[in-house]
Amino acid sequence: MADAGMLRFHVPEPEVRPGGTPDFSNVPIPKAGSVPRPEIDVDPRSIRDMAFSIIRVLNRNGEAVGPWAGLLSSDELLEGLRHMMTLRTFDARMQMAQRQGKTSFYMQHLGEEAVSCAFRKALAPGDMNFPTYRQAGLLIADGYPMVTMMNQIYSNEADPLKGRQLPIMYSSKEHGFFSISGNLATQYIQAVGWAMASAISNDSRIAAAWIGDGSTAESDFHSALVFASTYKAPVILNVVNNQWAISTFQGIARGGSGTFAARGLGFGIPSLRVDGNDYLAVHAVAKWAATRARSNLGPTLVEYVTYRAGAHSSSDDPSAYRPKTESDAWPLGDPVVRLKNHLIKLGVWSDERHAQAEAEILDTVIAAQKEAESHGTLHAGGKPSTREMFEGVFAEMPPHLRRQRQQAGV
Amino acid sequence: MPRRTMIEAIRDAMDVSMERDDKVVVFGEDVGFFGGVFRCTQGLQAKYGKSRCFDAPISESGIVGSAIGMAAYGLKPCVEIQFADYMYPAYDQLTQEAARLRYRSNGDFTCPIVVRMPTGGGIFGGQTHSQSPEALFTHVSGLKTVVPSNPHDAKGLLIAAIEDPDPVIFLEPKRLYNGPFDGHHDRPVTPWSKHELGEVADGHYTVPLGKAAIRRAGAAVTVLAYGTMVYVAQAAAAETGIDAEIIDLRTLLPLDLDTIVASVEKTGRCVIVHEATLTSGFGAELSALVQENCFYHLEAPVARVAGWDTPYPHAQEWDYFPGPARVGRALIETLEA
Repeated sequence: MADAGMLRFHVPEPEVRPGGTPDFSNVPIPKAGSVPRPEIDVDPRSIRDMAFSIIRVLNRNGEAVGPWAGLLSSDELLEGLRHMMTLRTFDARMQMAQRQGKTSFYMQHLGEEAVSCAFRKALAPGDMNFPTYRQAGLLIADGYPMVTMMNQIYSNEADPLKGRQLPIMYSSKEHGFFSISGNLATQYIQAVGWAMASAISNDSRIAAAWIGDGSTAESDFHSALVFASTYKAPVILNVVNNQWAISTFQGIARGGSGTFAARGLGFGIPSLRVDGNDYLAVHAVAKWAATRARSNLGPTLVEYVTYRAGAHSSSDDPSAYRPKTESDAWPLGDPVVRLKNHLIKLGVWSDERHAQAEAEILDTVIAAQKEAESHGTLHAGGKPSTREMFEGVFAEMPPHLRRQRQQAGV
Repeated sequence: MPRRTMIEAIRDAMDVSMERDDKVVVFGEDVGFFGGVFRCTQGLQAKYGKSRCFDAPISESGIVGSAIGMAAYGLKPCVEIQFADYMYPAYDQLTQEAARLRYRSNGDFTCPIVVRMPTGGGIFGGQTHSQSPEALFTHVSGLKTVVPSNPHDAKGLLIAAIEDPDPVIFLEPKRLYNGPFDGHHDRPVTPWSKHELGEVADGHYTVPLGKAAIRRAGAAVTVLAYGTMVYVAQAAAAETGIDAEIIDLRTLLPLDLDTIVASVEKTGRCVIVHEATLTSGFGAELSALVQENCFYHLEAPVARVAGWDTPYPHAQEWDYFPGPARVGRALIETLEA
């Protein structure tokens, strides 16, 4: 055998760094309407290629085309547009509130609004999402009050979580939104457990697990796929691939697997890849996966191909690790603009009505913000009582905590 | 009253709980068809079906993580980690998720799970079949930690743990599964059928969490122990002739501080015994509490007898395990101090 020489260590790198010209020419984008829509009881082995393609509905002309089109009425699409615009406006105001020192921290959804907003509308009441910190569209699209979200962000006297949680770590059982944890990927296997419980209980409700591209490298991603596969749990395993995990490009987590959807194939889980900036495609795929789960056909893995257009968080500056204009070059565009153009094409929307809606939504968000701020912000006004700090550790406060509460003088 | 081994008592606790509440589910590695590597779940799958008692993939974080999701749904999972030594992959789920869920969601979601783990040494288990990781749980706010020492308590405490609204770590000293063990490895072990605490009532009863039991009343020195060390302490007291008051803590958190303080105020001396390594072990917390609460009654330094600060060895089992001779020496030294 020939001498192979010294081993060389491989570390993947993104193609472009700050100062370079953004280039996504190597990202294959299939034509809208070109990916077939299989039956929900399809043999996973027969649709393996779908893990390497991208399901798209909206074409460049703003038309809905192909087998995944036609599920939503124009009224439903108008409502979806409003949800995405509301989330974007909400983000902008809260990002500004963070800069003004009214809260300590915020994370935006810029460019990813379609994923959570459209997904929510594919679920039924009683279903449970296990979200990450970047799916607030699930709450917006389900009608969760913006004032309550802001109260949580401000940790004020009306904060439903009593000031115990970092901003944006919402929780609402009523709205099918599981308590957010700072620890990445933990919720992925919990979602599978919730779905197993629903099956054990002969219920009809399903669960949705959420994770980002970077966090798929966590071991809980793996355990979730094993458990979902083994017990055929009624769960939708969502992977939001926004290309970035803080400063780390998706190739570090993905390695040589080609796509994140491909990860599901080794577990025998049907795995789809979808245009995450296409409201109609996200909704159609979510509906397909939800119907599968509810029909006792087991889990589906869905990779949403999107782009994190904003900073990772209010503590992050992306210009330190990627070109400033990279999001403009993203070939799947902006989810709001794309749905807007589709609705204009349908003749139910116009640039004027869009501008008017933007103004109305801004007024609504500002009004909510005023109301929330009347209950206090992080460093001013009403705040949760110090007694609350000791409550809820256990159902009943044990003696040692009662002693500590006395020592704290509350 | 029927006599049962600790294994049978634990199995009975799950049987009674599953019978009373169809929300109780039991799963873990080899727990289903086979009935567990220690036989603790034998017959449960046959009796309650595969939806209630089932085998899990070899993934501790998967077992605990899925149990948390089930609890959030409304079930009451009682899961098994095959050995406490293998809980570490689940530590993130236990400490950051199970323990914090009620607090961080302000009660929107809760986590009534029980995680059973065989613990402790004295069985030539070597490094990864002998550990006592209780201090890694007592340090975590939001977890309750229980260590039974006999069949009667094991059943009552496990039923109480399953019925508890919060996550409970249930550490089962595997050295005590078939009979009490006082550290005299050169003598034959007597089975639970010969021991009064092997009497386990049929049906439902609970032993409340957070309440210690005085195993031997005494006036000279208080011994704080749990699990296997309760019998080691009893042997040490008998062999030294020292009138020790031996307290079996049963629950480490919440801790029964009142019983501890009342005893130390009476005896004026305290020896703490555990198998786990010394430094930052649970004994340090006990020692601090005794010193803070009983300072003016203490007539000697609080002593600790524990496993050495080394990984648990194989060949040196009986040099590592805190046996009656070491505990006896600590009793004598504390009385002479």
